[in-house]
Amino acid sequence: MKAIDYSNKTHYRTKAFHSPFYSRQEPMNQLKEWGRWSDYLSPHAYSCASMEYFACRNACSVFDLTPMTKYHISGKDALAYLNRLVTRDVSKIKPGRVGYCVWCTDEGRVIDDGTIFHLSENEYRMCSQERHLDWLLTNTIGFDVSLTEETHEVAALALQGPTSCATLKQMGLEGVENLKPFGIRYFSFENTQLMVSRTGFTGDLGYELWIDPDHAEVLWDRLFEAGHLHGIQAMGDEALAMLRVEAGFIQAGHDFMPAHQTVRVSHTRSPYELGLGWLVDFKKPNFNGRKALLAEKEHGHRYNLVKLDIEGNKSACDSYVFTKNKKLVGTVTSATWSPSAKASIALATLEAPFGRPGEELLVEIYYQKELKWSRVMARAVVVSGVFFDPPRRRQTPAADY
Amino acid sequence: MTRANNHIVIIGGGHNGLVCAAYLAKAGKQVTVLEAAEQVGGLAVTQEFAPGFNVSAGAHLLFMLDKNIRKELRLDSAGLSFSQQDMSTTALAEDGNHLLIAGDSLQGADISNNDQVAMKEYQRFMKRFAGIFNRLNNRTPPRIGSKNRHDLLSLAKTALQVRLLGKNDMREFLRIAGINIYDVLQENFESPLLKGALSLDGVLGTNLGPRSNNSMFCALHRFSGMQGMSVPRGGMGSVSKALANVATNKGVTIRTSATVSRILMEGDRVSGVELQDGEKIPAVTVVSSADPKTTFLGLLGARHMEAGFTRKISNIRMRGNTAKLHLALDGLPEFNGLEQTQLGDRLLIAPDMEYVERAFNHAKYGERSSKPVAEITIPSLHDDSLAAPGKHVLSAIVQYAPYQLKAGWPAEKATFTDQIIDLLAKYAPGIHSQIIHKELLTPVDIEREFRISGGHWHHGELAIDQFLMLRPVPHCAQYASPVNGLFLCGAGSHPGGGVMGSAGRNAANAILASQRL
Repeated sequence: MKAIDYSNKTHYRTKAFHSPFYSRQEPMNQLKEWGRWSDYLSPHAYSCASMEYFACRNACSVFDLTPMTKYHISGKDALAYLNRLVTRDVSKIKPGRVGYCVWCTDEGRVIDDGTIFHLSENEYRMCSQERHLDWLLTNTIGFDVSLTEETHEVAALALQGPTSCATLKQMGLEGVENLKPFGIRYFSFENTQLMVSRTGFTGDLGYELWIDPDHAEVLWDRLFEAGHLHGIQAMGDEALAMLRVEAGFIQAGHDFMPAHQTVRVSHTRSPYELGLGWLVDFKKPNFNGRKALLAEKEHGHRYNLVKLDIEGNKSACDSYVFTKNKKLVGTVTSATWSPSAKASIALATLEAPFGRPGEELLVEIYYQKELKWSRVMARAVVVSGVFFDPPRRRQTPAADY
Repeated sequence: MTRANNHIVIIGGGHNGLVCAAYLAKAGKQVTVLEAAEQVGGLAVTQEFAPGFNVSAGAHLLFMLDKNIRKELRLDSAGLSFSQQDMSTTALAEDGNHLLIAGDSLQGADISNNDQVAMKEYQRFMKRFAGIFNRLNNRTPPRIGSKNRHDLLSLAKTALQVRLLGKNDMREFLRIAGINIYDVLQENFESPLLKGALSLDGVLGTNLGPRSNNSMFCALHRFSGMQGMSVPRGGMGSVSKALANVATNKGVTIRTSATVSRILMEGDRVSGVELQDGEKIPAVTVVSSADPKTTFLGLLGARHMEAGFTRKISNIRMRGNTAKLHLALDGLPEFNGLEQTQLGDRLLIAPDMEYVERAFNHAKYGERSSKPVAEITIPSLHDDSLAAPGKHVLSAIVQYAPYQLKAGWPAEKATFTDQIIDLLAKYAPGIHSQIIHKELLTPVDIEREFRISGGHWHHGELAIDQFLMLRPVPHCAQYASPVNGLFLCGAGSHPGGGVMGSAGRNAANAILASQRL
């Protein structure tokens, strides 16, 4: 079922779209609580966020990705177009591969991050959390490309967790275990084409499944049927929020403000300030923000985005970060209790030069017990690796668990 | 050092390109000017449009040429002379009761005493206000937000100039600079014919009617360079020829019929240009006198620019709305009620402001005016080099003729030409039988022939939002572009269109300053 019916031209009256998986999500959503994600109804949790988290780390979980913004880019200049748009060298993303990217304004301020799927020669899909049609169309001036938004035309599920590969094999996707991380493969499925990419937002072994909306429901059904003995569970965005912080992934609107949504220039961030300097490639020709980023690389940046390991078990959401001498140097942007690392963890933005690996800091945490507020200055250490990084994430062929 | 190391290539041999070349060569630079046409000049050019008949094919009056350039480059000794100077304007009336405007004095058309007095005051404050622009015309616009001493000083000076107008004049300047010329003229004058004629100062060569905002600004811009109307002997092409002579004498290589097809890049900076025939000319600095859209979107290509900048360039308002009519005449036309001596004036068809506004109305909807306005000259009257004895040429700037005509110019051009001639015949009844040849250049023709995107005379509307540090767009308004080694020197840059040469001179200074760093 298509998410949006344009035929009678009344789609704009719809206040919130139902995902093509809605008929399956709705009965499973025991909490009957729905959040909004880009005008789609999206469950925060189906029954219990912790259980959904553990399903993902110990079995597998299904997350509805349909609301994620998707653009289709094709034409003679598709590669040149993308190479001017994003900071990394897109020519290194070969057909059948996916690349994580960040794109900037002329001033080198981050607009958003996302993934580029190289579907075939001169044909790409770009996925991001925020909408960027105006900017992407602006970027087409002078390029022979066609750009269409296909958010509503592609249904997508993320299947993440150690038993995800076993589930897909059970569903009949032969050879899926040989798919390498960031690889794409196509399978015929119920008389249509199912695209499978080994990608995800959980830092675990996992896949994303892409299909036309008319086959959404049958995909959901077959997946749950196949995953029945592999502990499959549906998952909402609360569990995903924990998973992605463990994996060290940043999120627009949480860890940085998209440049096009800020009023104040000082509230924007450069790739260097988000720890994404490795995505900036000055060896390739001109790209948006190149001049500004070259200057920034030379003169230094203002902020560091760091991972913090915080003592105690209180979540450090929205906390101030101080040096040991009580100098205020930044704020926590995302935080969670990590059940896998058994630690209170956080992503934080600190004024440069603070945030060197191993640096000891203090995090001011406010917490409530039966309406009584308390405050603790918790010790925290800047860590360099990610909090949860199992070898199975990269292992190919992927194992059964 | 290799040849490319100090070589400067200038794209386009229009007057600004030539001025820039001359100044760069004067400072010892090795300069090559590449002009696509068979002769230099751009829109300041004399062309034979019918056998034995020559006319200024673009601009047909000279009144804004920067005095500094004329003096510093010694144009007078390089062949610049005039067949007419300090021309008067005659506003034509259908009944033959014309209005003669000579400076601030008015004659004819039963003009009232009030208007006589008001005209003196109007000329006084227009010259005073335009003086502020005049001082800005000769320098690189300051950058907003810059902490550079030069920029801050320049901004402060401008503010001071406005303040020094005194309380009353400053208030009046700030009140009228952004509004429409219709309101200002309505406040000051009674005679419809006078108001119609003066309103053309705000709308000629633009996409504006008298009631459009910015029309007063355009009039001030026109006044800012005003030194009396004149016609160079041999047509406007002689200005360009004189400039080319000076440039050549200073060592500039000028190549005509050399069409640049693209600007070459090497890494982050320009490395030269490529001609249509494939020839590559290396250069460390490329200066373009082509309009910004042609330069950046056509010759450089979007992939060498950032997206935000590309959008700004593609959003520059530069759709021409002005056509040019050339008539080859078998004798001097006779205008009702006009003495033969007055035929050498600048003749205007703009009987009143409502007429001009109505002419503009059509353009808003992609139609040509059914009753156009015109600025007419008969340059052959005082210059026998333009046509054989007894023969004459008539040159008219005609509005409004939108670049994007709904019906398309191929379908409408002949009708429009006849319509303009019919309009002329209302004032000069015998003109039909005198016409040997007629030529109309629509904005589409101007785009093709003079390689100006949109066929806009001024390489972009003259407007407050496209002026000074905003012309053509921010980050490109100090003649240097965001691309290393690429500069602009044409009318698309400050201070804009009109045969001034200031953009070329300012650009040369900016280039030399950047190379001294």
